[in-house]
Amino acid sequence: MSATTAHPPVRTALRPGLVLRGLLLGGLAILALLPVLNQLPQDSALHVSDFVVAVSGKWICYAILALAIDLAWGYAGILSLGHGAFFALGGYAMGMHLMRLIGPRGVYGHPVLPDFMVFLGWTELPWYWWGFQHFPFALLMALAVPGLLAGLVGWLAFRSRITGVYLSIITQAMTYALMLAFFRNDMGFGGNNGFTDFKELLGMPLNTSGARAALFYAALLALGAALLLCRHIARSKLGRVLVAVRDAESRLRFLGYDTTAVKLSVFVLSAMIAGLAGALYVPLVGIINPGEFSPGNSIEAVVWVAVGGRGTLVGALLGAFSVNALKTWLTSFAPDLWLFVLGGLFVAVTLLLPRGLAGLFRREEGR
Amino acid sequence: MFRLLCLLASLLLIPAASQAQESFEATAAPLAGSFTAQAEAVERLGALGDPRALPLLQALAEGRLQKQADGTLLIAQNGAVREALSGAPAAGPGEVVRINNRVRAALRGALGRLQLMSPEEAVRAAAAEGLFRSRSAENIPLLEQALARETVPAVGRRMEMALAAARLMSGDVATRRAGIATLGASSSAEARGLLLEARAAGAETADGIDAAIAAIDGRLKLRQMAETAFQGLSLGSILLLAALGLAVTFGVMGVINMAHGEMVMLGAYTTVMVQEALRGIPWLAAWSLPLSVPAAFLVTAAVGVALERGLIRHLYGRPLETLLMTFGVGMILQQAVRLIFGAQNREVVSPAWMQGTLTLPGDVTVTQNRLWIILFALVVLGLTVAAIRFTRFGLEMRAVVQNRRIAATMGIRTGRVDAMTFAFGSGIAGMAGVAVSQIDNVSPNLGTGYIIDSFMVVVFGGVGSLAGTMIGAFTLGLVNKMLEPWAGAVLAKIAVLVGIMLFIQRRPKGLFALRGRAAEQ
Amino acid sequence: MTVRFPVSRRALLGAAAGALAMPAIRPALAQGSGPIKVGVLHSLSGTMAISETALRDTVLMMVEDQNRKGGVLGRKLEAVVVDPASNWPLFAEKARELLQVHKVDVTFGCWTSVSRKSVLPVFEELNGLLFYPVQYEGEEQSKNVFYTGAAPNQQAIPAVEYLMSEDGGGARRIALLGTDYVYPRTTNRILRAFLNSKGIADADILEEYTPFGHSDWQGIVSRVKQFASQGKKTAIVSTINGDANVPFYRELGNQGIKAEDIPSVAFSVGEEELAGIDTKPLVGHLAAWNYFMSVDSPVNTEFKKMWASYIKNPKRVTNDPMEATYTGFRMWTQAVGQAKTTAVDAVRSAMYGQKVEAPCGYTEQMFENHHLSKPVMIGEIMENGQFNVVYKTPTAIKAENWSPFIPENANRAKAG
Repeated sequence: MSATTAHPPVRTALRPGLVLRGLLLGGLAILALLPVLNQLPQDSALHVSDFVVAVSGKWICYAILALAIDLAWGYAGILSLGHGAFFALGGYAMGMHLMRLIGPRGVYGHPVLPDFMVFLGWTELPWYWWGFQHFPFALLMALAVPGLLAGLVGWLAFRSRITGVYLSIITQAMTYALMLAFFRNDMGFGGNNGFTDFKELLGMPLNTSGARAALFYAALLALGAALLLCRHIARSKLGRVLVAVRDAESRLRFLGYDTTAVKLSVFVLSAMIAGLAGALYVPLVGIINPGEFSPGNSIEAVVWVAVGGRGTLVGALLGAFSVNALKTWLTSFAPDLWLFVLGGLFVAVTLLLPRGLAGLFRREEGR
Repeated sequence: MFRLLCLLASLLLIPAASQAQESFEATAAPLAGSFTAQAEAVERLGALGDPRALPLLQALAEGRLQKQADGTLLIAQNGAVREALSGAPAAGPGEVVRINNRVRAALRGALGRLQLMSPEEAVRAAAAEGLFRSRSAENIPLLEQALARETVPAVGRRMEMALAAARLMSGDVATRRAGIATLGASSSAEARGLLLEARAAGAETADGIDAAIAAIDGRLKLRQMAETAFQGLSLGSILLLAALGLAVTFGVMGVINMAHGEMVMLGAYTTVMVQEALRGIPWLAAWSLPLSVPAAFLVTAAVGVALERGLIRHLYGRPLETLLMTFGVGMILQQAVRLIFGAQNREVVSPAWMQGTLTLPGDVTVTQNRLWIILFALVVLGLTVAAIRFTRFGLEMRAVVQNRRIAATMGIRTGRVDAMTFAFGSGIAGMAGVAVSQIDNVSPNLGTGYIIDSFMVVVFGGVGSLAGTMIGAFTLGLVNKMLEPWAGAVLAKIAVLVGIMLFIQRRPKGLFALRGRAAEQ
Repeated sequence: MTVRFPVSRRALLGAAAGALAMPAIRPALAQGSGPIKVGVLHSLSGTMAISETALRDTVLMMVEDQNRKGGVLGRKLEAVVVDPASNWPLFAEKARELLQVHKVDVTFGCWTSVSRKSVLPVFEELNGLLFYPVQYEGEEQSKNVFYTGAAPNQQAIPAVEYLMSEDGGGARRIALLGTDYVYPRTTNRILRAFLNSKGIADADILEEYTPFGHSDWQGIVSRVKQFASQGKKTAIVSTINGDANVPFYRELGNQGIKAEDIPSVAFSVGEEELAGIDTKPLVGHLAAWNYFMSVDSPVNTEFKKMWASYIKNPKRVTNDPMEATYTGFRMWTQAVGQAKTTAVDAVRSAMYGQKVEAPCGYTEQMFENHHLSKPVMIGEIMENGQFNVVYKTPTAIKAENWSPFIPENANRAKAG
């Protein structure tokens, strides 16, 4: 990408931003209250249903994914259209753990093999399923596999100075190839059906309000941690170098910075955060399937960030929550028309609000 | 079951001693019965050699044979219904006599016998084909007679094959060997099947059959290689068509249009509309497909202009934002088409000249529709190159690409050129839609299947190079098809994607890299 | 370029907050009064919209029809339509929304197995009631789901038996072509075991899988031709899913594979799928279902009339999953009438043994295995895109949702 490409400045005009920050903290506080309100009696005016808890838990995971994308795109200028793949890989790692925990409770009562392997006639567990019965191992894999893949793809790409649109297209091809691969039943990941019907996690039976609340808080905690981490990076020297990479990579290279290493490390970190989001997402929604790898999903996640305002961490969260809330509402309220509204929103935001919703709270600035 | 019993009962009631007249009628009567009875009756009618059998069997094959409640057979022709045997006008239409595959196979043999001496070349060829498939030693004299009279070499070759197939069924070893020799000289997979069947039936000629099969296999291998190459070219031509429009909008203008697939979809829907509009005009209806090409170009070009002037021009220089915005546009276009035309597939009828197969030398068969699409892709490529090289618009477009400011100072209205370029690229996508409608679903989701492949082709070939796009498309098509028999369709596709990713990192600018200032952007 | 956004910040925030709070603010509806709510959980966008929108329309038609007859238990029915958008996690979310927010009494929905698997835990946890109207691979039985489509023994096995019969051409070599997902994989595993039991060796079986929406069938059709040149009568058994069928049939027609030579029988191709194809080159190819639009029965005549007057488009056809939706809906209204309540447990008990005159011309019965008894019909494609029924079982067949051809079922723990 050329050096002239305009990017919004990262941290300016903090005063109107205070409104935004207040909003963010207030929003997170309300979120944190939801499972408590859920425990109120049904007829209480403040009671919220399980549905609200479950669905906002999902949005929290999406918000973590949006943070990860924002870190790579908003700060380092790496627009990956394959972050859905890292998210899905993290989800699959957790899904494999959940499948192993079903144990003999599957319909065929096989002590080790998941149902889908049994009725497709598999006789033993493939080697890459080993170890997933242990939670720490699964969690490690949920971070390591996306990280390694991002490291490989990033190393190949950044080394040959593939940037901008080309990088976007390559990452899109990556997630597309993975989708095709995971759809294959021979891969041993359940093909199109993926993993469902989980029973428990960490000794806690899923499908109870208590479990949902626990998962909800775990996701919220992860969101907070990811937010703090990203904020720390953004404010550190690394953050400034990232912005410099985004705005004038060649110049930075001439100054002696190893831009490849900088980009690679932030890309890998971003992929690991996305993997974590996926790992939290799967027990919350109760299913993981190759559809998560579909290129459209990744683009949608990028659009959340664009809608919220890239280059600001608050913007990523705002975008993920508002777009998904809108989608949840519209798919019930206007099932035939919601694509118009959502599509129209994407067009309007890119056209009219180049700095996203967060830009509304910041002082107008010339280019 | 009940019908079968009735039929048996009615058969028993027919006096056993019968004259020729009654015999024909008795033979024809079961055509109104069960499928088994039908198949046997068809075979007997074919063997009888009675000329009255032909219209009866043709009517049965074409679904024009009807029956009344009492079993009287009727033939419908040109809107009139007559009694099949007497020719007298029928009181009213009866129930259409339905057949199944078994009856259809019997009909093919019987009609083949009856039509082998037809004055029409095409009918004789079809008859020979039917006899080749139904193969019975009883047909040997008939085929020999027909072959002796045949003057058209192509039909004669078919008759020879049919004769060989019939000889294969003969009880006489020498005759069988003659049949084996003829079949062994062909390169037809069907002949191979017949030989294997004969080998399983009797051991006396096994050595001859083995040699014949080995000979066929050698030729089949060559033939399959040629056919795989054709399949690769065909896939490549689809990729080329889908990617060409993108090569213009992305390669020349730097606009990432995620709604490109939807442009292809709109082109396919235009084809449907043109076809439906022309349905009432018989002399034009046959031309609906060629007429769809300019129509699709104009429709999608118009949408392209609207898109460029209304939205995209505000985002020049920010390709990633364009990507996100056009993703939204794609969503809107898809849902709009779904609401207007329905989510179901729309039917596109292929004209007769695009159906069936064409046999090339060496028995290589290629499907007509794909052959036409390859030609179409090359023509569209040629026109695109010509438009860019030799027209004023092309000149201005190249000028704007190379240096927008200087082009503007030279008096070129760059905004207009941008709009026209985008319209041009979209129009090409629309024309691709016309071709795609001939092989794929016409549904609102049509575009999503092409967008990633198109990007891959453009990036692989080299952004901004039409020659690169063409070579890229055909290379990917061929590689994909050559991998497919080994790896299966999915792994082949994954391998191609991974291959492109690795290739891009070796050569980030693709096969044909642009040099100079333009490449730096 | 910066453009001022005309909408005030407050309005925007208000909209976002409203969307968040929407599910929470709802009128407290007492159960047992007001309309009976019928959830409709079919994709209206995305890849499955092509098949599922017709089922949404069928449910809406049935609701309208039932209301004209005075509703159920003296209460009107009210349909709640949501769009799960062919997105499987969204199916689970929407199922929870239907049950917890909209408090539906029954849901008609899902097409793909994965969507059913996705909503299953939700329906079980919240004790909802789902009617699933599509033929599927079996190996499942939930107390919260009534399966009104066919199990493999009600479709696949009779179809292959027909191909091997004299009428079907006496096939001795079978090409199993399918889309790579669970339904074809399981069905083909069952079929392979069945074929082996009929003396057909593995060498005479070809199994090929393609991805969803596969559009280039040249190679596979050529391979089938090659496979057919081994001197034995060959047939194709297709479990190719929805979208991929049009290009598959076009390639079959164009490569000149005639039904007399290599007949193909499909399990996922109905009237709706054929609407997008010129069927003249395909005459004689087969499909196996439990209902065809061309079936001649009084109930079907009424069903078709109802559909035509509801959809107001003479080109729209009826198909098997629509008939299964119809049958399931009728059965549910009968069961509710008998149980005198919409409470799930009572309705479930009332469902067992419930009988309905289905449009297929047979009386179908719901058994305690939550599956319907169904007749098997084999139809040949006709020139007009309809099917000519060439074989049907004399009676409705009981479903074997746990296939005896899957050996693991022998040591399966008894399902609840």
